[in-house]
Amino acid sequence: MISANKLLETRTFKPVLELERVTPLKKVLNKHTIRIENLDVYIEEQHILKGINLAIPEKSITCIIGPSGCGKSTFLRTLNRMHDESPEVRISGKIYIDDENIYDQGVNVIDTRKKMGLLAQRPCTLPMSIFDNVAYGPRIHGLKKRKVINQTVIKYLQYVGLWDEVRGRVRSSASRLSIGQQQRLCLARGLAIEPEYILGDEATSALDPLSTKKIEELFIRLKEKYTVILVTHTLRQAKRIADNIVFMYLGKIVESGPTEEFFNNPKKQLTRDYLSGSFS
Amino acid sequence: MKQYEERIFKLIMIGASLIILGILVYIVGTIFYKGLPALTWDMISKVPGGGFYLGKEGGVLNAIAGSVYLIFGALALSLFLSVPLVMYINFYLPGKSWFSKIVRFSLDILFGIPSIVYGAFGFSLMIYLGIRASLIGGIITVAMLIMPIMMRSLDEVARLLSRDLPDALLSLGATRYEMIKVLLRQLMPGLATAILLGIGRGIGDAATVLFTAGYTDNIPTSLNQPAATLPLSIFFQLGSPVEEVQNRAYASAIILTVIILILSFSARYISSKFSKNSI
Repeated sequence: MISANKLLETRTFKPVLELERVTPLKKVLNKHTIRIENLDVYIEEQHILKGINLAIPEKSITCIIGPSGCGKSTFLRTLNRMHDESPEVRISGKIYIDDENIYDQGVNVIDTRKKMGLLAQRPCTLPMSIFDNVAYGPRIHGLKKRKVINQTVIKYLQYVGLWDEVRGRVRSSASRLSIGQQQRLCLARGLAIEPEYILGDEATSALDPLSTKKIEELFIRLKEKYTVILVTHTLRQAKRIADNIVFMYLGKIVESGPTEEFFNNPKKQLTRDYLSGSFS
Repeated sequence: MKQYEERIFKLIMIGASLIILGILVYIVGTIFYKGLPALTWDMISKVPGGGFYLGKEGGVLNAIAGSVYLIFGALALSLFLSVPLVMYINFYLPGKSWFSKIVRFSLDILFGIPSIVYGAFGFSLMIYLGIRASLIGGIITVAMLIMPIMMRSLDEVARLLSRDLPDALLSLGATRYEMIKVLLRQLMPGLATAILLGIGRGIGDAATVLFTAGYTDNIPTSLNQPAATLPLSIFFQLGSPVEEVQNRAYASAIILTVIILILSFSARYISSKFSKNSI
């Protein structure tokens, strides 16, 4: 296995063919990062992701944009091995997370998922109380002490700004919350398992503008501690919150780079067309 | 033209509803009309007196107890097998698995098999195992009878469950088993429906228990003793040439109806208690 530093050297000083497309990103790569090498994903016989090479810098927001059906969500699901659940999906290539290929044999899928907090498109609360929703993750990962669980739940409910809103009714059903509150609850639930990475799959597309704003603000706060990877439909959202942009089209990465550069000075014709709205 | 279409269709719907309602009222009315005069406290609280079940004395407590024991036993046995099977074909196997297709197909066929065939099958199974007509024999046979309908109804609910919830649980790092424990809460209403259908099909069936549970005037005290059942006592009472005994059959039918009612309501109540947080 190539260490990250070695990779960096290779990349900077003598670009070899296979790493040529590894994108130059803002921050310096180090151990705590995601590195994807030659990722191919087939669903049944369809080639969904084609030769993805990408490095995602830590403690920043990376937005993956692209038209519907370009493989953004499929890509995101490869990162926490959710495709393991569907046997028709075949994956080749390597994804290094914290310098470990998560598709290596012997890697525990539970550990990988514990590292990745996923925020889905539509909030999906568990059929239990608000409190138990947040406590669920820590509990299944072995947290037993009532006091610690209480503290964890309060901490993360406060973090997502839900605590004051639900204070008196944490024992009531989570499904009674508004959809925006539910999404923040889902975020708190994901954070409670203490992941290192946050994945968002169009996490705001079902929400009203105000809730969207709250979630976006949370993402910006989150990047101080976590590496955030978001799939998004809206260019404006990407522009608002992303540090780096990855533009995908038909299963390939067309262009990627720091947000300002990407929007102000796109290098590929396809990117320019997409940004100007010629297709979506 | 459209208005007529609308009206005709509405008439058909109302007509169908009225016919069904009418049949129901007629059946329940007959049962109550003929049965109520014969329904005494003795009917409920005593085992048959005067020697045999055809007699005019005593009651059908033996059959009430037998039926209740039998249906609870059968429900427990059936649930014990239904829940794991439904969880397996829905949440362990992939969506397009041929195994789950075969299971669903065979359950559909099993559902269509008449209960007398289950009775005969249960009877031959009992001979093979060396069991006599007994409560346990009846429980096994009735469980076989109600299993297909329970599995299929639970299965239908499980299939309709949105993929979001399993995904959310798995992405939190839950194992399949932990996932299923949560999903079961969501499936509580489906489980209640399955139990209701199981009760409905199981408790009223005479043919399955005819050979397997037998008939007795006593309340069974162990699984190895034969057990009387309400459908059979109705059957025997109706077969009597004496009118008083025939009327007792209607009284037994009232008791059976009320038992089904009580069990149904409690199943609904319990399921709503459990799934309080789901809706």
